[in-house]
Amino acid sequence: MIYPVLEVQGLVNRFGSQVVHDGLNMEVREDEVFGIVGGSGTGKSVLLRSVLGLQRPQAGTIRIEGRDITQMSPAQLNTVKARYGVTFQQGALFSALTVMQNVQLPMLEHLQLSAHERDELAMLKVRLAGLPADAACKFPSQLSGGMIKRAALARALALDPRLLFLDEPTSGLDPISAAEFDELILYLQKQLRLTVVMITHDLDSIFRTCNRVGVIVERRMEVDTLDGIVNNPNPWIQSYFHGERALARLDERAKAKVELHGT
Amino acid sequence: MPSVESYLAVRRSEQGLEIDLTGEWRALDLAQIDAALAGVDLANARRVSIRTKDLTALDLSGAWRLRDFVQQARQSGADVQFQGTPPDQLRLVDSTLKGEGPPLCKDEKEYGIGSLTELGLAEIGLYSVREWRDLMAAMAFLGRIFQTAARAVTSVKRLRPISVTRHIYETGITAMPITALIAFLISVIIAYMSAQQLRRFGAEIFVVDLVTIGVLREMGVLLTSIIVAGRSGSAFAAELGSMKLNEEVDALYAIGVDPFEALVLPRLLGLMIALPLLTIVADIIGLMGGALLCRYLLDIPITQYLTRVNEAISPSTFWVGLMKAPVFAMLIGMAGAYRGMQVRDSSRELGRLTTVAVVQAIFLVILADALFAVLFMELGV
Repeated sequence: MIYPVLEVQGLVNRFGSQVVHDGLNMEVREDEVFGIVGGSGTGKSVLLRSVLGLQRPQAGTIRIEGRDITQMSPAQLNTVKARYGVTFQQGALFSALTVMQNVQLPMLEHLQLSAHERDELAMLKVRLAGLPADAACKFPSQLSGGMIKRAALARALALDPRLLFLDEPTSGLDPISAAEFDELILYLQKQLRLTVVMITHDLDSIFRTCNRVGVIVERRMEVDTLDGIVNNPNPWIQSYFHGERALARLDERAKAKVELHGT
Repeated sequence: MPSVESYLAVRRSEQGLEIDLTGEWRALDLAQIDAALAGVDLANARRVSIRTKDLTALDLSGAWRLRDFVQQARQSGADVQFQGTPPDQLRLVDSTLKGEGPPLCKDEKEYGIGSLTELGLAEIGLYSVREWRDLMAAMAFLGRIFQTAARAVTSVKRLRPISVTRHIYETGITAMPITALIAFLISVIIAYMSAQQLRRFGAEIFVVDLVTIGVLREMGVLLTSIIVAGRSGSAFAAELGSMKLNEEVDALYAIGVDPFEALVLPRLLGLMIALPLLTIVADIIGLMGGALLCRYLLDIPITQYLTRVNEAISPSTFWVGLMKAPVFAMLIGMAGAYRGMQVRDSSRELGRLTTVAVVQAIFLVILADALFAVLFMELGV
């Protein structure tokens, strides 16, 4: 039996009387880039925190590679945590450590390697994330926004996870850097056969990278392919995907498809 | 745990070695893979043939390890071949690293001179310059505060009464229980220790003098200040420090609000009002503690204790203690706020400077107390 990489069923998250998720279902398949979209305050970050095992939901199951993390002891959960990588919205790099040391931290915790080996392996990840060699010795406060995102990605890749969570990877980047970052994610996804789950607001980014999209509406999730979700009748989804910018993207896609069929 | 066999199998033929890679080569299994590769005897192997068909997974760390092994084999003179095409991941590692090694991160402290004496001298010089600059910066900070204060006294709004009130509450009211408890315990200790000594001379009644003068002049204000330095000095530094890290201070500047007026001055004023009040509480509780001990341990009735207290103190005793409080408050607030505003770049700085703030606040309080003691003696108060 092949399990979906990530499967969420009947997720309920409540804070006091405020219900954030009420029976949310989603499923992420192997080798895909899954985008999570939703208005501000619809609980995208809460969903991510639940899936990462950082907070226990009130009800529902969350299965990573078939194993329910809501029923796990902290020790069991730690073995799961070593298998996924995550980047946070602000990077969440450790400010007292250099980029190299940041990347090496997960290795120190989970692998038995000599200092030299760690250096080499960390450098591999730093280069893979597209950072120049001289950035490796810098502290997070000396990096630009785009470099912080890349350094965070390098740290997320430290243990070669199969599953990668990205929380708003392109927020705060200029369109060109954002496009480059998307290209990088696609490249890594293909090369390393990653399954990527990303929360994003960036329409360009969704159209460039995602295979399928889940939209959080009314405390549940509407999951569909990119083409399917665009035609979803839900008013919020309609206004989200049929704003001016979205329409321009759709046009481009349609044109690209015509050209593809033409040749 | 999987054994060595689950990662590779070695067959020795006439030409050399045939290595069959099997199973999953993943980052989390690196230790076992290392052990498996270490078991491969490369000596006398002219040809090494590697088969990767049965490899179910090879991630980047695994590929990096394999690449290392191949290089090692080539160095020992073997001709390494892959059966079929080498795995893609290997190429990815090669193209990513481009033959570069990890960079050597330079230590910031490099003077370019050799001997130990020179290094020591350089360290002393560096330290002196740093401390001198720090002192100058602290003076500038002090000046800035007075400048801000001088501007702020012109209007009530600029003194930010609401903010000041909040700081009086946080540094004063919430500190009352712990201050009272410590004052009580200290007076009990003074009374108890002195009673043991004075009993030998039959002069137990002087215990009252010692407690009264000790608490009112010194212990009340000094211990209260030390507690407040620990509580509020650290709070000031941490609060302002994290606001600096969050760029909140920059935001204030950008809005056109002077952070010294909005953040530093209310804290200082609040503390300068709260600390004298706390001292009065400590004085009262201290005297009560003394009375209690005298009553039950030395059988001195409360009425006699009160008469003795009146005889022991001169009108100035209470004020001598109390007037030190605002000065101490100023020092504590200054140390906390100054260090807090120095925080830059990292959370480690925040921790370091908060520590420095508390240590310096306590040091300055005790130093000032010593100066006051000399001053009051010269003045004959």
